[in-house]
Amino acid sequence: MSRLLLAALLAGVLLGAQAQVTVARPDIPLSTEQEARLAELLPDLRCLVCQNESLAESRAPLALDLKYEVRGLVASGRSAPEIKQYLVDRYGDFVLFRPPFDARTWLLWLGPFALVLLALGVLLRQIRGSRRAVAAAPPKPVDDAALKKLLDE
Amino acid sequence: MRYAIPLLVLAVLLGFFAVGLNRDPRLLPSPLIGKTAPSFELPVLALSTAQAADAAPARLGNAAFAGKPFLVNFFASWCAGCQVEHPYLMTLARQGAVTLVGIDYKDADADVRQWLAARGNPYAPILVDLDGRAGIDFGVYGVPETFLVSADGRVLHKHVGALTPEAFEKDFKPLLGAGS
Repeated sequence: MSRLLLAALLAGVLLGAQAQVTVARPDIPLSTEQEARLAELLPDLRCLVCQNESLAESRAPLALDLKYEVRGLVASGRSAPEIKQYLVDRYGDFVLFRPPFDARTWLLWLGPFALVLLALGVLLRQIRGSRRAVAAAPPKPVDDAALKKLLDE
Repeated sequence: MRYAIPLLVLAVLLGFFAVGLNRDPRLLPSPLIGKTAPSFELPVLALSTAQAADAAPARLGNAAFAGKPFLVNFFASWCAGCQVEHPYLMTLARQGAVTLVGIDYKDADADVRQWLAARGNPYAPILVDLDGRAGIDFGVYGVPETFLVSADGRVLHKHVGALTPEAFEKDFKPLLGAGS
């Protein structure tokens, strides 16, 4: 009996410890056009808790809050860039799956292309170098006797 | 000599890995640093049920804390990291070096009252952010998070996760005198 009581108490403590409050919020009705804009926007926004999921996919409490927030912003007629800026102001560029091109991120955006160009340059130089080497070295005079011997074998 | 360039490339890569892999990918830089703290206006938590049953709770906002640096600590009774940092917050409160404003994040009032009764209350006032809107304005993505706000109302530093004495001494203390 006391064991049962203890188990019930423990369960209560454990459950109680996990209770993040979710507030009932009024639905925000959107027009079909707004609904489409929201659907387009959410996959571009990162869930900060489960970092490789977008807000569209995530069920984390914070993601649900942010989704609701974004829904409200769409309903109030804010444009997609304005909404993204609203989130970047609070959470930083990390909230965007596609980081902006600026002074801090140019290397990230251009780096791969620069590497490809560099590799192409090195490749071209090597090809040219080996061609020149081939052209520069005149073929050895053929030793007819040795050739004949080789073919006869 | 033949291997000089590949070895150099390897060394650079290893250097990047050494730095990159030792970073915590969960720590995000806050865009709020140096900017005016987000404005908030939240109800004050009643510390007893009797008090709660009384009148409507007072509301406090940024203005109430202006003129002195203060810490904003987002916490909740359901949050494990908050239990970890709680004893150190009690120490900080005893030292009285800085005002500690608690924001109870998405938490039931009754739960947090019980939590505080068992552990002690280090906060000067506790404000209630029931729906997490203030959390969104501060860019909170995982409690506990602690912000240092200067006397002139700018965010000077943000700490994510349980606040440790080391982090406070290193990152917060040198900034306490700034912006006054």
